[in-house]
Amino acid sequence: MPDNRIKSHPILTDKSTPNIPFYWEKQKLFAKPGEMISSALFANGIHIFGHHPKDNSPQGIYCANGQCSQCLVLANGIPVKACMTAVEEEMQVNPIEGLYALPEVGSYRSSKNADLSYEEPDVLILGGGPAGLSAAIELGKLGVSIILVDDKDRLGGKLVLQTHRFFGSSEAVYAGTRGIDIAKKLEDETRAQLSVEVWLRSTALAVFEDKSVGILRDNKTYRLVKPKVLLVATGAREKSLAFVGNTLPGVYGAGAFQTLVNRDLVKPCKNLFIVGGGNVGLIAGYHAIQAGIHVAGLVEAAPQCGGYKVHLDKLKRSGVPIFTSTTVVKAIGKDAVEKVVIASVDDHFQPIPGTEQKIACDTVLIAVGLDPVNEFLNKARQVGMQVYSAGDAREIAEASAAIFSGKIVGNQIAMLLGKRQEAIPLEWAEFEAILKSKPGNMRSAPSYQKLEGVYPVMHCEQEIPCDPCSTVCPKHLITISKTDIRNIPKFPYDEETDCIACARCVSVCPGLAVTLVDFRKSKEHALVTLPYEQDAEQVRPGTLVTVTDIDGEVLGQLKVIATRKLPNYSGTTLLILEAPKEMATKISGVKIITSDRPEAFDESVDFKKLADEAIICRCERVTAGEIRGLIRSGVRDVNQIKANLRASMGACGGKTCLTMIKRLFQSEGIPLDEVTDSTVRAVFVEVPIGVLAGLEEYSFKRAGGK
Amino acid sequence: MDPTYDVVIIGSGSVGTPTAMFMAQAGYRVLVLDALRSNGQGSNKHAIGGVRATHSDPAKIYLCSDSIKIFSSWKGTYGDDIEWHSGGYSFVAYDKQVEHSLKDLLVIQKKAGLNIDWKTPEELQKVVHGINMQGLLGGTLSPEDGYASPLKSNFAFYTQAAKAGAEFRFNEKVIAIHIDNHKVQSVQTVKGTYHCKWLVNAAGSWAADISKLAGITVPVRPDSHEALVTEPVAHFMEPMIVDLRRRSGSSNFYFYQNGDGHLIGCQTPDPQIWGDFQAETSEFLPQICRRLIEVIPSLKNLRVRRTWRGTYPMTPDGSPILGEVADLEGYILAVGTCGQGFMLGPGVGQVLSHLIQGNLSTEEKACLHDLRLDRSFGNEEKLR
Repeated sequence: MPDNRIKSHPILTDKSTPNIPFYWEKQKLFAKPGEMISSALFANGIHIFGHHPKDNSPQGIYCANGQCSQCLVLANGIPVKACMTAVEEEMQVNPIEGLYALPEVGSYRSSKNADLSYEEPDVLILGGGPAGLSAAIELGKLGVSIILVDDKDRLGGKLVLQTHRFFGSSEAVYAGTRGIDIAKKLEDETRAQLSVEVWLRSTALAVFEDKSVGILRDNKTYRLVKPKVLLVATGAREKSLAFVGNTLPGVYGAGAFQTLVNRDLVKPCKNLFIVGGGNVGLIAGYHAIQAGIHVAGLVEAAPQCGGYKVHLDKLKRSGVPIFTSTTVVKAIGKDAVEKVVIASVDDHFQPIPGTEQKIACDTVLIAVGLDPVNEFLNKARQVGMQVYSAGDAREIAEASAAIFSGKIVGNQIAMLLGKRQEAIPLEWAEFEAILKSKPGNMRSAPSYQKLEGVYPVMHCEQEIPCDPCSTVCPKHLITISKTDIRNIPKFPYDEETDCIACARCVSVCPGLAVTLVDFRKSKEHALVTLPYEQDAEQVRPGTLVTVTDIDGEVLGQLKVIATRKLPNYSGTTLLILEAPKEMATKISGVKIITSDRPEAFDESVDFKKLADEAIICRCERVTAGEIRGLIRSGVRDVNQIKANLRASMGACGGKTCLTMIKRLFQSEGIPLDEVTDSTVRAVFVEVPIGVLAGLEEYSFKRAGGK
Repeated sequence: MDPTYDVVIIGSGSVGTPTAMFMAQAGYRVLVLDALRSNGQGSNKHAIGGVRATHSDPAKIYLCSDSIKIFSSWKGTYGDDIEWHSGGYSFVAYDKQVEHSLKDLLVIQKKAGLNIDWKTPEELQKVVHGINMQGLLGGTLSPEDGYASPLKSNFAFYTQAAKAGAEFRFNEKVIAIHIDNHKVQSVQTVKGTYHCKWLVNAAGSWAADISKLAGITVPVRPDSHEALVTEPVAHFMEPMIVDLRRRSGSSNFYFYQNGDGHLIGCQTPDPQIWGDFQAETSEFLPQICRRLIEVIPSLKNLRVRRTWRGTYPMTPDGSPILGEVADLEGYILAVGTCGQGFMLGPGVGQVLSHLIQGNLSTEEKACLHDLRLDRSFGNEEKLR
């Protein structure tokens, strides 16, 4: 069996060893303690978890987030989501081939008390991510009783997948700190609140007429919670994309990839291709490089990547080819992705015939935007609950904005409950708006003519909400407007300064966009300090590295003079290079990836046919062509598409396809105000009948394992 | 000049849509009005899909037998798959009382020509894998009954109705029925007025309010029921199981496994919940899940996928109200199907089409007589 565990990582360390034996089709494998089945299988090189009952196509992970049900396996005879179920000792895991037989295993005991009683906290918070945790902290400080539920086995939401330092405000939302470390801080502060009860591995299932929420607690018992106020902080789910081959194992969401790589330290592939140039796609690409994975390229359908420029620059500098105004039209492969076919798009995002190219890769990451997880919010409103939302569940934005959003909403709820008297400062809302703002104007960096002294060079050209460089400068030389942290940082280049070359600004910058240029020893050669978040073994003193400018253009090869690390900035290595004076201020990064040029794709491509073959509803295997057929026959109600084709009636309940169905209406020239939305129904996650019946001892741990 | 139709049907649900199809196919100019956004969006999509002729009332037996013929021959006639399967119905008995009442009914049902028999527990076990044998006394099995997809069926009726020339207007709530000289003249909606010779009230749970517009009181009022569907598993049961035992919160319940492998089930709330409620209750899932495990213990591991709530347009005796009414010419009732609109719909549509054509058979006449508005509502349907 191949071992796909990441043994060394510039940021992450994991000392646990895979010592839990389990079986995959009778073959003995090992998992780490508490590891999810999907990660354990990937670590052992197994990517196909079964075959779909409708078309017998191979299935593996897709969301790795408990939402899509593509990763279903039989664990001790019972169907479970591999991404949400931890391996247990001696567990028999088997693929699901088509429809499985009604499982007859497992032991139960009838519940003594058949009637469910309500838990009645002041506030029920759904979601233990940045928004939910910061709301819990605010409310907990005021002694408000809270139940906080999260479906994962740890708190932090998607922060636990983020190895990079965060943008935003240092003072308000931990900017300059890595996501994984922010998660820890928020968790510790939440756990310190005595009035906050945390339910992990607990999934909200439905909101009922009596204003209660049904919750699968700890994956085994059913509970009803009837709070005074419901806070929906359920975050976001990833949008999907229609192209032929989009159900192949190896095509999955960026979140799934980050889960495998950054949470579970599993290397799921060797050669990654990314679809989508927003922050999620850009960051995932960078995380891949950190995990030692080759990134074959990134396509973005728009003329420009929509994510932060500093994130994009990180990829460009590392050598990742970026294809804008380009889309993926096909993933090729039988049981796994072998190649993608990309094509340029016109102004209407339609592929242009003759522009097709092939790129070899073994995984395609879909990072084409996020949708709020808002089904609980909508249902709660329908039944007249007192309900709030925060973070991505309310509006898609950066995690820093979610933290602040949670703080505001937490205080709003406190006011409603009479636990906070004073009004919420107006500046908070303004500040939240700043944190939520999309990347702004480009400002060209100042030209650095000065060949003397020492100073930081800011490769920071775009207005984004970010301020850590200004807060760590011990001499207060770097400044950013306090009222609007979207401004570009300023440094008094024209003056003689007392910069002490401490390199804190270099270490803290989330965009890795600050270098330090030091002409104090020589006017011909400068010492350039660069931040480096990759394997430090590759850049030991004496090594030659290829340096690039901000756009990834190669400037030359330079020798590493020395490396250093500042205390409190773990994971960030500072490379000190000696550079000729004309190059010194231009150096922005180190090239890591060398990519092959795309191959020509000479088969003739019928884009219309391709577009019709793409799967829209993954659960029920409904194609775009089938849905288009109904739209063209006059159907304007998504409920009819559901009724006729079963689209959105599968395990996930339309979490992936409903957005794509809307896009199909638009592509047929039908304005969405003429289209009736589908009725979305609970339960939002499948749950065993035995659990709902209140049977105790529900555990497949005790299963006979036939 | 307002448009004129032979027939205006109010409601494009389980009853209105097949009625429109039969009437349009008979050459009438038909308009269907619905307040909702497309066909079948009222109660049709809440139906679980069971179709049986095994009732206690002869008129219902007759109508549903017709429906079964239409459902079972649909694919052969029109080509589209409405997922009909002759899986049968089985009313199971776990106590003497239920056994006796089922066996008493068998006599009537056999007399009405139904293919139905009493089966031993061992015989039932063969068609329902995993059925709880403990205490099982046996049950009826009527193999010609079955189930189809209400969603697909309604769309199929709609497609054929439209093909035969029926017009459908959605988002048109009826606000007035104009009557002159004891005769229906026209129907007014939020968008327009439509003249017609016949007006069919097929408004399901909302039929009483519509009928009020015509000055006719119909004893139809909705009560709320809930249902669930599970993930699909390999086929393990053939018939729809009906369990008539009373349990906390429900007076009976029923479930079946459809062709795709999903288990679909529903219970009758006890006490009844009068009203048109759409939001799911917190009681339903635990209640029905306990009942499911009581009948098939291994269902404990099957996962519930979705749940929903809908209404039954109830009448005092559990049977529908069909046909013309005294004192208002041109007004036809197709209401009060008591949660059986889906299984009654095609049969009802066919009879009403014969009614306006004036070629009712003797049996059909008897049927409409039994189900007329001015009946006594004294004989309660035993297999609601």
